[in-house]
Amino acid sequence: MADEDKDFLFSDICVEENLVYRKPGTLTETELHYCPGCGHGVAHKLLMEVVDEMGIQNETIGVAPVGCSVFAYHYLNVDMQEAAHGRACAVATGVKRVQPDKYVFTYQGDGDLAAIGTAETIHAANRGENFLIVFINNGVYGMTSGQMAPTTLPGMITTTSPFGSDTKTQGHPLKISNLVASLPGVAYVTRQSVHKPANVRKAKKAFQKAFEYQKKGLGTCLVEIVSSCPSNWKLTPLESNKFLEDKMIPYYPLGDLKVPEGK
Amino acid sequence: MGKKKLMKGNEALAEAMIRAGCDAYFGYPITPQSEVIEYLSREATNRTGMVVLQAESEVAAINMIYGSAACGRRVMTTSSSPGISLMQEGLSYIAAAELPCLVANINRGGPGLGTIQPSQGDYFQATKGGGHGDYHLIVLAPSSVQEMVDYTLLGFELSEKYRCPTMLLADGAIGQMMEKVELYDQMPRKTEFPDWATTGKPKNSDRRIITSLFIQPEKMEQINLGLQRKYREIEKNEVRFQTINTDDAEYIFTGFGLGARICTKAMESGRAKGYKIGVIRPQTLYPFPVDIYSELSKKVKGILDVEMNAGQMVDDVRLAVKGNTRVEFYGRMGGIIPTPDEILENFEKIFLK
Repeated sequence: MADEDKDFLFSDICVEENLVYRKPGTLTETELHYCPGCGHGVAHKLLMEVVDEMGIQNETIGVAPVGCSVFAYHYLNVDMQEAAHGRACAVATGVKRVQPDKYVFTYQGDGDLAAIGTAETIHAANRGENFLIVFINNGVYGMTSGQMAPTTLPGMITTTSPFGSDTKTQGHPLKISNLVASLPGVAYVTRQSVHKPANVRKAKKAFQKAFEYQKKGLGTCLVEIVSSCPSNWKLTPLESNKFLEDKMIPYYPLGDLKVPEGK
Repeated sequence: MGKKKLMKGNEALAEAMIRAGCDAYFGYPITPQSEVIEYLSREATNRTGMVVLQAESEVAAINMIYGSAACGRRVMTTSSSPGISLMQEGLSYIAAAELPCLVANINRGGPGLGTIQPSQGDYFQATKGGGHGDYHLIVLAPSSVQEMVDYTLLGFELSEKYRCPTMLLADGAIGQMMEKVELYDQMPRKTEFPDWATTGKPKNSDRRIITSLFIQPEKMEQINLGLQRKYREIEKNEVRFQTINTDDAEYIFTGFGLGARICTKAMESGRAKGYKIGVIRPQTLYPFPVDIYSELSKKVKGILDVEMNAGQMVDDVRLAVKGNTRVEFYGRMGGIIPTPDEILENFEKIFLK
């Protein structure tokens, strides 16, 4: 058989120089439990790609929240602690204060970070705790199946605002990232999304910056990801992306809210 | 051991913590124990590099303890009753995740905001779990400033041996009073940490996960059975108590902490009047010294349990005694400390008239 007649073999194609994508070793082989169209999967991947690329897997400790990402530690292949609901920033304070040269992050949803955990979030940021807060904001309580969040938009229908969220009695959507950005100890606050390739790239860049700033000891970094919840928004993933663009992002505009001096 | 010093209970506790090689303290001020964080803020970091942080609340403080304990460090917090109530959620998580740590409750009078005066009203909360779920803290009851020091080290050691959160249940009087105390020498802080600690995933082995979430009931039951096995071990190995004049005793006075000291004084006054009284003082409230009560209950005419509450430990005494002898209670509440005379008078009224 002449060489030119030989079929391509899998082993010939799967060689290092042809590699275009590989799941990083910082993610486990466990299948994600998240719903189709949810942003958690992409956010997990970006965060862990950065940990992988920076070579800090063995120096990173993550803190998981209570909420849809309560099982984040099933997927993130780094040392992890599961915090009580809302307490991730206090737990991370404990971790970072006794191991100041390790990389520490929390991964929290809107209920965890901006409702039950508001005090822990604000005070950790106000002390300038030198860790990264990853904040996934989809305006709804996912894990408990669709109740109102502190970030629910006015008029939005949830199981506890069945006639639409009423700001007169149920409060206004809380822009907690803006509150955090106003505190002197905070180094970097940015709001990103992961619903389009260009946004995915920007979100990854934000994680990279946050870990770099942590390495330099600049203070608290918060990366908010405005995300979708098709299951509880009662929309398809595509409709959810449209809702994200038409409703969520106008209220929660993307971009940097605070950057370190000289950056 | 160093030379003897005159120290306030709360300050002796803080000094003992530093000397025990404690890595971190997280706390929130509350009367009658704010001297602990004040003393540590002045002394600790300069001397040993220990982390001392004033948290925004007791809720945050106990979760900082969770985070740092999960990194394998020797860590402690202190508070008083209302603050300890706020920590119950965190303590339940710490017990479930099997993290070692030491918590001191300088008990004040409740319920509610209560009073800043001493009380023993938190016995139930301390010994029966306190938060949600089936768990225990190891509970040590110091009755002197010296025991505040000794039990700090013992508390760290027991909590680390069993990976079980441990509580010193003292009261406002022991925290505030000054006594002569002998301190141990400075111990080094740890430089190596247990393999379960989240210090960064080792290169050649699996990541560590500290959690109390086990969503499958079969798994959760196994976790519970494991905890219960541990508690049975603790009950077998770690019971500590003191008996005074029980050999010929016809009556027993019993109490813990400050209550036991007052009982001892009342016993001495009673002996001077010819009453054959002995004292049982549990030093561990969990595990409770069941056997000594059971044994002596067959020999005595009655037991008077004295507490600075409405009668809490007396339930455990009655369970241990199993009806073998008469068990009566005398207590004061709301921050009132009973006097020895008052106890003896009530003993005479209850048992002798």
